[in-house]
Order: sequence, then structure tokens, then C-alpha cells
Amino acid sequence: MSVFDYKVAELHQQLHKKELSVSDLVAESFKRIEQVDEKVQAFLTLNEEQARETAKAFDEKLNTDDRKGLLFGMPIGVKDNIVTKGLRTTCASKILENFNPIYDAAVVQKLHQAETITIGKLNMDEFAMGSSTENSHFQKTRNPWNLETVPGGSSGGSAAAVAAGEVLFSLGSDTGGSIRQPASFCGVVGLKPTYGRVSRFGLVAFASSLDQIGPITRTVEDNAYLLQAISGIDPMDSTSANVEVPNFVEALTGNIKGLKIAVPKEYLGEGVSESVRKSVLDALKVLEKQGAVWEEVSLPHSKYALSTYYLLSSSEASANLSRFDGVRYGYRSENAENLLDLYKNTRAEGFGDEVKRRIMLGTFALSSGYYDAYYKKAQKVRTLIKKDFDDVFEKYDVIIGPTTPTPAFKIGENIDDPMTMYVNDILTIPVNLAGVPGISVPCGFDSGLPLGLQIIGKHFDEATIYRVAHVFEQSTNYHKQKPEL
Amino acid sequence: MSRISIDQVKHVANLARLAITEKEAEMFTKQLDAIITFAEQLNELDTDNVQPTYHVLEMKNVLREDVPQKGLPREEVLKNVPKHQDGQIKVPATF
Repeated sequence: MSVFDYKVAELHQQLHKKELSVSDLVAESFKRIEQVDEKVQAFLTLNEEQARETAKAFDEKLNTDDRKGLLFGMPIGVKDNIVTKGLRTTCASKILENFNPIYDAAVVQKLHQAETITIGKLNMDEFAMGSSTENSHFQKTRNPWNLETVPGGSSGGSAAAVAAGEVLFSLGSDTGGSIRQPASFCGVVGLKPTYGRVSRFGLVAFASSLDQIGPITRTVEDNAYLLQAISGIDPMDSTSANVEVPNFVEALTGNIKGLKIAVPKEYLGEGVSESVRKSVLDALKVLEKQGAVWEEVSLPHSKYALSTYYLLSSSEASANLSRFDGVRYGYRSENAENLLDLYKNTRAEGFGDEVKRRIMLGTFALSSGYYDAYYKKAQKVRTLIKKDFDDVFEKYDVIIGPTTPTPAFKIGENIDDPMTMYVNDILTIPVNLAGVPGISVPCGFDSGLPLGLQIIGKHFDEATIYRVAHVFEQSTNYHKQKPEL
Repeated sequence: MSRISIDQVKHVANLARLAITEKEAEMFTKQLDAIITFAEQLNELDTDNVQPTYHVLEMKNVLREDVPQKGLPREEVLKNVPKHQDGQIKVPATF
């Protein structure tokens, strides 16, 4: 048994009773990474020297000072699009191959306050564009449950590292499903918070109106602890919301009697595999037994979410990624006679195909003569999609469906066909467009590959999501199963 | 009929400041055409009286006091600059 099979609260107790040291926890991380990361390939950069030093200092503190937060000394992995001062941050792109940030993201500052220990930076699809982590410039992360299959994406490294026991927990980012989909594929718990719950300061922007940072953990309780640590308004992010942050762990009451669940018929329809459908229906039975009631509803504009998402997210990306020009930071082309060629060649040599494709799509959608037909149209449809959610949440507490239409697919299976790859995200994308929070929790297996249950809540009501997810987790054994590596 | 021509793709690449080869232009023409054709399903919806959503939260302008602050130290700024000389960023000829 690994120490990472314990929950945060249990490890905290063990530290307190001196049954365990922070150095032990950090050593466990690096030992496991040495054992399995050659296979899993979750990490892009390790922070070993610094982490071990910090652990030593924390152990001294452990002996002298009793006022330690719950996350004190806990080893964490951070997705490589979240900037870490002095620790290479690449977004899995050649264009940022040697980028060493000169500041910490707001969430990283919060982790420092909570005294977690950063073990390293985790692989992802380049600039978070993708659903399989195959778009990384550096390496292909593999699913710990089956090394032939993808871990999902774009936070594939973040989910795989937690599933493989290389860290206790990690941070990912979610623009269209990039936390929930890999969490589902890797059999771990991943939450996309409400838009505005967590500061985006220092998250390298992909689509600013959709991006959110969120926690990936082994249990719902740990997820609530980690969200608690990173939430709250930030003067450096004007889109972070001025709303109260409740105590998420106190919300885990174990009681869902009378809870009203909406199950959208569109989420169990065409394209959703039989094993996935069955796992969701079984999960609903489990929740029913605990006193919840569920009814079928409709989110009638669901089928338009994918188009809306690709137009809006690519448009925003084309603007956000214009900062990569080879002048102030990052890769610079050697083949340029003049400034214009420097921009063009730097970007041509520095970006991968998927990133280029989305920059092209976004530039097209925003270009003169097409703006109203594509970009503005998509923003209007976004209003309709959001209204679908608002209407359902007038009568129901949560919406439940699968996280993904199928379990993890094979490496290489979808990489040549962008449209097939995009369809992976049809059940997670609407949540980002509406700005509401959503979680994926393990709810079964198909041929040895994990399946995920998606629980979606009202704006800023992560507490109810956690309460439902926790009851489900405590009533089932899926989260106790571990991949063999 | 295709929605986007290879010349349009080259024009967009120029707007996006991306050098592309002839082969890439062909590939992007095909792929963007497929994506845009799919995206035209949005025209099934009547959105004449629908307001666009720029932002999901109801937020007004977020303002702060205009307090002067020191900028970043020059050596910090230059840490990630690929080419610099005498404390200044170096680029090739503008024209």
C-alpha cells in the first residue's frame, strides 16, 4: 500500500503524530515517479532538489510549530500551463520550451500559503488544445489503466500522475472538459469550478471566457480541501468573482434525501456507448437508494454546443496566442530577415498542428465579413445553451450524466481526424459555455478502463456537487481500485 | 461546394502571422472547411432576438484606484528574451 492511498486528513494526522515526515511523503513521490513515469510519462519537469529541501525545512517546522494547515507538506503536481516562478513552464509547446516564469500564478501562491510541496510540472495537450494529451510537443502520456490508451486531455498528465500514485493530487485546467474528461479516463476525481471561483492569474490563457483551474484528486473529500485552498477573488484577475467561499468539506453531510436530479436525455442518446449508459443508470439507482429523486429533462440546445465552443474558444485563442511572437520570451526563429518574417517563422516553427488549426479557425471567425456570421452567432447560441441550464436549475439541484461518451480510446486512434477527436467533449463543453461547475467521479469500468459520472451544479454551488459526489463515492467501491503498473 | 478556398486560407494565415507551406494550406483548407461546414448548423437557430453572451457572470466594470507602481526590474524582464543587447530587446530590421 502506498501512502497516497490515504486521504489528506489521514496523512495530516500521521504527520501530526510523527508516524510520517514530510520528507517521507516527498520521497514517496519521487520513488514512484522513478518506478513508473518512464511508462506513464506524466511529468515534463521535476522540482526534485527544491522539493526535498522544502520538505526538510517543513520537517523542522513540524517539530517546532503546531499551527499547520491541513495541506501542509502534501506533494502536488501542477499542469504545465500554470506558471511557477523559476520552474520551467512550457504549455507542452516548443514555443515555450525554455520559458522560466518570473512570477507565480495566483493558485501557486495559494499553494505556497497552504504549504503544499510542488513535485513537478505535468504534461498536457499543447496550450490545452486537445482531448488526449497526444498534442504535447514533448511526449505522449499514457493511461495508467492501460498503457495502450490515452489518459484523456488536455490535463492528461495531471490525471495520470494522480491515478499512478506519483503525487497525492494535482491541478489541471478545464476549458471544454480538460479536467473532467481525463479524470474520467483515469478513474480519479476532477472538478471544474464555477467560472470566476478560482483566479486565472498566471494560467496561460487559451479561451479566457471559458478557462478555469481545478483540482484532481483520488477522493471527493480531498478535492474539496484542495478547492478550498485555491478559491477566492483576486485583484489580479478581474473575472474572479466577489462571492463567498463556503466550507466545502462541511458540505459533505452524507445526506441527499429529497435531492432533485435532472438527467438530460441528450446526455444518454446517440454516440454514448452502452457501458457508459448503463453505468450512469446504475449510479442513479445508487443515489435513489440514498433518498434522491431523478427525472428526465431536456437541454434542447446541447447539439449546438460543440460548434459554438469551437468558434468561441478558437477565436479567443487566436487573440490570446498572438503574444507568442519570438520577441519577449519563448522560441525565436533563426530564419528571419525582417520583423514580419520573424513573427511568421517563429510561430510556424514553434506551434504544433492543432494549435495552428485553432488559430486559423479563430482568425477566420473574427475576420472582416465573417464576424457576424460565425463569432457573434456563436455568442448568441451560447446564450441559448446557458438558458437551457438556467431553466433546469429552477426545478432541480443537480444535473447528472456521463462525463464522456466512451471510455479511453487507443493512442493514435483519433489523432488524424479533428472532428472525431472533438466529439469526445460533447458532454463537458456545455458546462463551460454556461459557466457552471461540474465534477467527474469514478462510476464503473468497461474492459478494465474507468468510466466517469458527471455531476453538474448551479453557479457557485460546488458544495452540492461535492455532497452528491461524496454520497455516491461512499456507496460504491470504484474509487478504491488502483491500476497495476 | 466548399466554404473556404485555399486563397482565403493563405489570407487568414497572413492575418494570424503564420508562415504556411503549400501543403499545409491544402490541409487546412480541407480541415477548416469540414469544421466550418459543421458549424453552419448554428444557422438552424433563429437568434434575431437573442443577446450575445460575452461573459457568463453578471459583472460591471471592475475598477481600482490608479496607484503608481514600480515596473519589473530590467534584468527580470530580460531573463526570457531570446536576443538582447545593452539592456534592450533586439529584433531584425522592421522593413
